[in-house]
Amino acid sequence: MSSPPQVHLSIGSSVENVELVQLVVEEALNRLDLDPDDAHWVGIAVREAVANAVKHGNRHDPGKRVALDFGVEDGELVIRVCDEGGGFDPEGVDNPLAPENVLKPSGRGIFYMKRFMDEIDYSFGPDGGTVVTMRKHLDSEHLDSASGPSEDQEKEQEEEKG
Amino acid sequence: MTISVRQTEGFTVLDAKGKITIGSGDVALREAIQGALDAGGKKILVNLKDVSTIDSSGIGELVSAYTSASNRGAELALVGLPPKVQDILQITQLVTVFDIYDDEAEAMSSMG
Repeated sequence: MSSPPQVHLSIGSSVENVELVQLVVEEALNRLDLDPDDAHWVGIAVREAVANAVKHGNRHDPGKRVALDFGVEDGELVIRVCDEGGGFDPEGVDNPLAPENVLKPSGRGIFYMKRFMDEIDYSFGPDGGTVVTMRKHLDSEHLDSASGPSEDQEKEQEEEKG
Repeated sequence: MTISVRQTEGFTVLDAKGKITIGSGDVALREAIQGALDAGGKKILVNLKDVSTIDSSGIGELVSAYTSASNRGAELALVGLPPKVQDILQITQLVTVFDIYDDEAEAMSSMG
């Protein structure tokens, strides 16, 4: 019986480490047997969340860490990215589609995260730190893959064993 | 990410390969485009045919490149967009900003 991939990572606040996170997450997504396009876009969302944590959360402070947790909860892929920064107001983020923002070189990361995941929410610790939680619904096929055989599959296997 | 620069028929062509992402390609792209503009390039093609992944930092560099080129009286176009690069430009409505061509020949014919 295979078990769903569970990942916990803690990285230093360097943009070079975004690539490391991406590689691990790609491998974890492969184990979920997601559609390759979905896996690509989830990978981009993770990249954006970690990059934001490094740049805007921890402001590249080498003394601060970014943590990532990846797992399957209640039929959903759940990815949490935590920083140790001062927090921000999600409602205050500019809409990158507004005509005055289209030619800005930055400000698209959160938009992409929202676009590529099913749900995103933020929470903020009393002493600082932002946790962004991103969820992607998994269909039953992926859940079977992640959680081991379904009852039907187990029955089939028993029959095969004869 | 690797990026190579070549001159052909009055065009400066930047061939990007790999990922244009934060910490891995975004700065290289910026420097290559700045170099092309500093060298006096007036018609610049960014060939994205072999780009596998682009994130918001990479998109930001393309937007900055477009603005820098415009400010210096140069034309900048994107060619050979893989579907995922096309998609990510589409959803932030940047396909209406950039001049985008299927390939170099089409860009050169159109930009003359």
